[in-house]
Amino acid sequence: MAFLALVPCSANPENALAAKARAIMAENCFDCHGPDKGQRKADLRLDVREGALADLGGYQSVVPGKPDQSELIARLRTGNKDELMPPPKTGKALSQEEIEILSKWIQQGADYPLHWSYRPVLPPAIPLLKNKAVAQNPIDHFVFAKLESLNLKPSPEAGRRTLAKRLHYDLLGLPPDPAQVDAFVKDKSPDAYSKLVEELLASPHFGERWGRHWLDMARYADSDGYEKDRARLNAWHYRDWVIEAINEDLPYDQFTVEQLAGDLLPKPTPKQRLATAFHRQTLTNTEGGTDQEQWRVAAVMDRLETTGAAWLGLTLTCARCHDHKYDDISQDEYYQLFAFYNNGDETNFPLPSSKAALGDYEKTKAIHDEKISALEKNLKELAASRKNDQNRWEKETKSRLLAIKKPVTHHPVKLSLPPKQDGYQFDQREDDSIFVKNLIPEKTTFVLDFSTDTGEEPLTGFRVEALSDPKLPAKGPGLTKHGNFVLSEFRAFVVDPVDPKKKRALPFSSAKADFSQNKWPVQAAIDGKKDTGWAISPQMGKDHQATFLLQKQLPAKEAGTLRIEMAQLYGSRHVMGRFRIMGVTGEQSGDLVPESVRKALLVETAQRNKAQVKLLADHFAKNDPQTAKIRKELDDLRKKAPKQSTTNVRVITQRKTNPRKTHVFRRGEFKQPLHEVQAGGLGLLHSFKPRNQGSEDRLDLARWLVDSSNPITPRVTVNQAWAHLFGVGLVRTPDDFGVRGAPPTHPQLLDWLAHHFIHKAKWSRKDLIRLIVQSATYRQSSTHRESLANLDPNNELLHRQNRFRVEAEIIRDLNLAVAGLLSRKVGGPSVFPPLPAGIASLSYANSFKWNTSKGENRYRRGLYTFFKRTSPHPNLITFDCPDSNVACVKRNRSNTPLAALVTLNNPTYAEAAKAFAMRITKESLSGDEARISEGFRLCVSRNPEPDETEAFASLLNEARSWYGKNPEEAKVLAGDVETAAWTASLRIMLNMDEFISRE
Amino acid sequence: MSPLEHHHLNRRDFLATSASGLGGVALASMLAEDGLLASGKRDSFEDPLLPRKPHFDAKAKACIFIFMAGAPSQLDLFDPKPKLNEMAGEGLPKSLLDKARFAFIKPATATLMGTKRTFKKYGQSGMEFSDIVPHLGSVADDVLMVRSMHSDEFNHHPGQLQMQCGVSRFGMPTMGSWLAYGLGSESRNLPGYVVLNAGRGSSGGATLWQSGFLPSTYSGVLFRSTGEPVLNLDNPKGLPPLLQQKGLATLNKINQGRYEKIHDPEIAARIAAYELAGRMQISAPELNDLSKESKSTLEKYGLNRAEPKGIGGRGKSGETYKDFARNCLLARRMVERGVRFVNIIHASWDHHSNLDPELKYNAGAVDQPIAALIKDLKERGMLDSTMVVWGSEFGRTPLGENRGGRKMNTGRDHHPFGYSMLLAGGGIKGGQVYGRTDEIGWGIEDKPVHPNDLHATMLHLFGINHERLTYRFQGRDFRLTDVAGKVIKDWIA
Repeated sequence: MAFLALVPCSANPENALAAKARAIMAENCFDCHGPDKGQRKADLRLDVREGALADLGGYQSVVPGKPDQSELIARLRTGNKDELMPPPKTGKALSQEEIEILSKWIQQGADYPLHWSYRPVLPPAIPLLKNKAVAQNPIDHFVFAKLESLNLKPSPEAGRRTLAKRLHYDLLGLPPDPAQVDAFVKDKSPDAYSKLVEELLASPHFGERWGRHWLDMARYADSDGYEKDRARLNAWHYRDWVIEAINEDLPYDQFTVEQLAGDLLPKPTPKQRLATAFHRQTLTNTEGGTDQEQWRVAAVMDRLETTGAAWLGLTLTCARCHDHKYDDISQDEYYQLFAFYNNGDETNFPLPSSKAALGDYEKTKAIHDEKISALEKNLKELAASRKNDQNRWEKETKSRLLAIKKPVTHHPVKLSLPPKQDGYQFDQREDDSIFVKNLIPEKTTFVLDFSTDTGEEPLTGFRVEALSDPKLPAKGPGLTKHGNFVLSEFRAFVVDPVDPKKKRALPFSSAKADFSQNKWPVQAAIDGKKDTGWAISPQMGKDHQATFLLQKQLPAKEAGTLRIEMAQLYGSRHVMGRFRIMGVTGEQSGDLVPESVRKALLVETAQRNKAQVKLLADHFAKNDPQTAKIRKELDDLRKKAPKQSTTNVRVITQRKTNPRKTHVFRRGEFKQPLHEVQAGGLGLLHSFKPRNQGSEDRLDLARWLVDSSNPITPRVTVNQAWAHLFGVGLVRTPDDFGVRGAPPTHPQLLDWLAHHFIHKAKWSRKDLIRLIVQSATYRQSSTHRESLANLDPNNELLHRQNRFRVEAEIIRDLNLAVAGLLSRKVGGPSVFPPLPAGIASLSYANSFKWNTSKGENRYRRGLYTFFKRTSPHPNLITFDCPDSNVACVKRNRSNTPLAALVTLNNPTYAEAAKAFAMRITKESLSGDEARISEGFRLCVSRNPEPDETEAFASLLNEARSWYGKNPEEAKVLAGDVETAAWTASLRIMLNMDEFISRE
Repeated sequence: MSPLEHHHLNRRDFLATSASGLGGVALASMLAEDGLLASGKRDSFEDPLLPRKPHFDAKAKACIFIFMAGAPSQLDLFDPKPKLNEMAGEGLPKSLLDKARFAFIKPATATLMGTKRTFKKYGQSGMEFSDIVPHLGSVADDVLMVRSMHSDEFNHHPGQLQMQCGVSRFGMPTMGSWLAYGLGSESRNLPGYVVLNAGRGSSGGATLWQSGFLPSTYSGVLFRSTGEPVLNLDNPKGLPPLLQQKGLATLNKINQGRYEKIHDPEIAARIAAYELAGRMQISAPELNDLSKESKSTLEKYGLNRAEPKGIGGRGKSGETYKDFARNCLLARRMVERGVRFVNIIHASWDHHSNLDPELKYNAGAVDQPIAALIKDLKERGMLDSTMVVWGSEFGRTPLGENRGGRKMNTGRDHHPFGYSMLLAGGGIKGGQVYGRTDEIGWGIEDKPVHPNDLHATMLHLFGINHERLTYRFQGRDFRLTDVAGKVIKDWIA
């Protein structure tokens, strides 16, 4: 079976045999006899030793050392179709060779070593080489030792021109400049290669190239996904974050933590908050009639499965509905991981629009703050200088107050729990004011039950104080953005002491307030009309009061339980955010000062507490013209505070209130919750240690993933880097490190690299890449060796470099670069390069318009092309650019006629060919041959062979002759005959396999 | 010696070096054992779309899937419910209401809505069709009418994915991709899987013909009704065919030279792809050229029909009648030329309101061309090997839609609990109605059919065991039928 060919030789031959045996069983037996308890047949489990050895009633599937007594072997060999395993209807059958392997494995004791990828990463000894001279670094020892053991030699180092092109393609995705290649070829210094590597690693385009690899896994896109597939115009900020992080070589552990849980870091920076946009690349369904919980759950599952794919190399998806069939991951464990993400809410975060904008803001803010503190100082000085004036005012006012007989007195009320709090919560403060929390509806009616102790005095009315507060929007008192409110109706009742359901209304005779908004007088609050009321604009941000007088005084003994209803029914959130209710007794008299001030004044000067002293000073200052002037200046200045320029970006924020509990969902159905589970790691990996037991969160998960004892993530990560530098990974299934995946071709090298990556390179991606590209293994020629075509057809021994087509975006980048059209601008919003007509309109109901970018933005690198999920750019998709709907760990590299048509005929490529022709014909070169050579150097970093020159010269002459006869056509294609002839020829050069292949 | 002759790689080598990689390797051996890929013809890496033998002999060779995105009302087309008309104006029986889920309907005040359509029996089978699809009635004896479809999905895009991919998740191959992957294509000059669209775009957009985790070789190729039929088919403006040919010959020479130096079989594959591209440049315009079709053929398909005035509504473009008719005719021409799977998409059936006039308009657009297609295939002896399928992601409710408490019901809501589909040809037993919904058309009373069952049966008629057409992706062997699907024997002629 072909699959077996990839099972490697391991250091330990017993293990190699066991690995083979497990691979055979995973392929053929685990569907019914694996970890999934739900699907397990005959209660037999073959993926663990206890299961295989279990007593099945006098016999065992596996009897170590005795294949003849092992039912497993008997069932594989039987001629009885009813007993044969696997059952014939599955279409599976084992070869004799495979049965022999299983038999031998049982003979040798039926060892069940831990699957290779779950074993701790230990640094293996570096093998010795007979020919040390060929090695550049330890990587080569592992690779070449294996070749030496087979008496094979590595391929020679590729030529300098190939190496320059290879490094440019791999590290930047851009073609090298011919002059740079020439200099590299001529540079005889021993560190010529290293210098080039360093130069490329330092290029800002490195982050674009390797950032795009990451974006594949992050399923980055510029639109929602489902149906309407709305544009996400700020999504690119996350792409910029990735590019920057990679250019700055943010260590991979930190890179992980910030994306998975940046919001949970202590004092997260805006960039760390932005990093969590990784989780916001999920699809959104805004289709009419959707159940939003369904799609929230789907997004959480996607987050979890993306984490599994990118960091664990495991497909967790299976365990949504049942235990994993091949890897030991239970359905409960799936939901333990789900729990980490279940309380991450989708929110927006105001991100500083740009670095420059942030800098400007900080400068102007500092100047502004200085002005404010100067004015505040003035105010303080003024207050001190006016102490005498204040004393005089206090005295006068106090004597006036004392002159009033039976003064109006305000009595605090004792609130009993309101009968209902529908969509709001009351927070009663020590000063008897009520602070409104968590208001949900736009309109509401507060209902308050209370009593008030007036002694013998009859109640003459009620007072409502609408209070400002720094915690309210615009300081309140209302909950609107501007702080206004509308008290639509104010009603009072006496509640029957025997039957609390009965109540008697207390009609009002009049109302007055310290201030009423034009056309919104306080009397409107007792007029019985819901659409009128009391409001206070423009005097927001200040305390206000209204007194409502009863038609008939209420004797103290009748005033048992009182009820007030405050209907606030205008617009949206025109509701008081903080207020105080007071009972009123006594006759009305001039409202000299607010009640609190009156009280303070009546206290003997020496007896006043600090708060009262401050209250009086404030009240005096407020009414003092000189102070008022400075205060106004201060207010005006504060209104002009520089505003930070921000953009709302989609991020994840931990849910603080009403955290969700996580249940296992039957068959993954969000409407069918089963038992509850707590957040936790996977049993088959290293142990999970949260910061606080009981409140595990995403940050714990992220740290668990990059814990140095995690066996799988470092292996997965170095394999991903290797795959980008060799076309395939050491593990050929980068998306499956489980028991059905391919084992590593070089297990010790993989472990050595993984160990090195964590402990020596300290998770530095650039160090890892530097190490790999410095190796002689990487530098080998990619020319196929006919002599090894049978022995190692797929180059699993790494006897040469691999040769492969570059990705969709890079093909376009290469064309535009050679043509001299490519913009080198890094980062920024997505762009709209030309799109064939009729493509955008195929998305939902013609709702999408593609406004083609102008100028430089037509020629930005491919990774900046706006990605509309239901209508992706066909030039990208034709070359296997992932669809961005699920994490893509490995791109396909298909080779189709449609792809050929893109580079031959697509207008973007035709434009590149024309620009290339103009560039070549402008060069001060003499003769066609020199120009053809220059074209080759630009495209493939080498001079053409004579027959290649001849082929292009012949095509060129043919084209010249045809356009000479058809100058009108020449005009259409490129302007003049000469440019047209060159365009018709050079477009073929741009289609050379060598140009779009990384060799 | 040409690279292709030079490199007589065996199947395994081909797949291992090609894009499909390991998944392909495992698949290749599985299929080889089954008979798929066992033709022995696959001895070069030339073309992953080379025709392959199925698991077992089968009649169906090609499929034309006519996808009515948006969910047409089965109650006004195919599934007459006299009882529903009687009960019109009444609420839904409480036993049903409690279990139901709605997109827009407010269950408390919703009432059953009868149909304004009249139904008539057609053919020897006496199959009933409504008065707005009389042409379909005329092919009743070739058609299998399934009245017991049900789907898991409630919203359009997920529902469309389920119908096309078997699973409502993203990133899955569509059924055309699976067929092209399993059987290759008979056409050497055209894509194996073609998509035609008339009118406006669907909820699913391009996700309805993507190849998911399969290589893009197997994704649907959109044929366009205006401009070049296939994207990038035309040479750049001002470049004559002569220079395209000379250019391709030069390219061939250069690539061959490189191949001789490097020996990378991918270069030979690239050469083959360019040769195919060159052939497609010639074949596709020929396909699109209807000048050789007789006037009577054009008329039968209804290419000459004028678009009705005064009715219509969503999706009306002024060209829809003509485009849809043309697409049906093109589908026949494609199948004649060996294309494996044609997906004709028409997206305007989401009649939450204004159902009567708009459904009539849509039915008018598609009725005649589809019937003409079935008759034409039959006359040409192609219907036995060509499966024609008419369907959608779900159906519509017997309840009138009262969105926002609206009193007047002029439309119906989403209904995945029981809807209808039509199939004909390719080994389908026509002239029969399969399955039954209850007397008001709410739930299924007999023989429920899930999209996985539909796909299993379709694959069976193509000679493929649906459980054995798999592709390994991320460690799992995926199927069009996910983890379910039963072949419905009653459908098979």
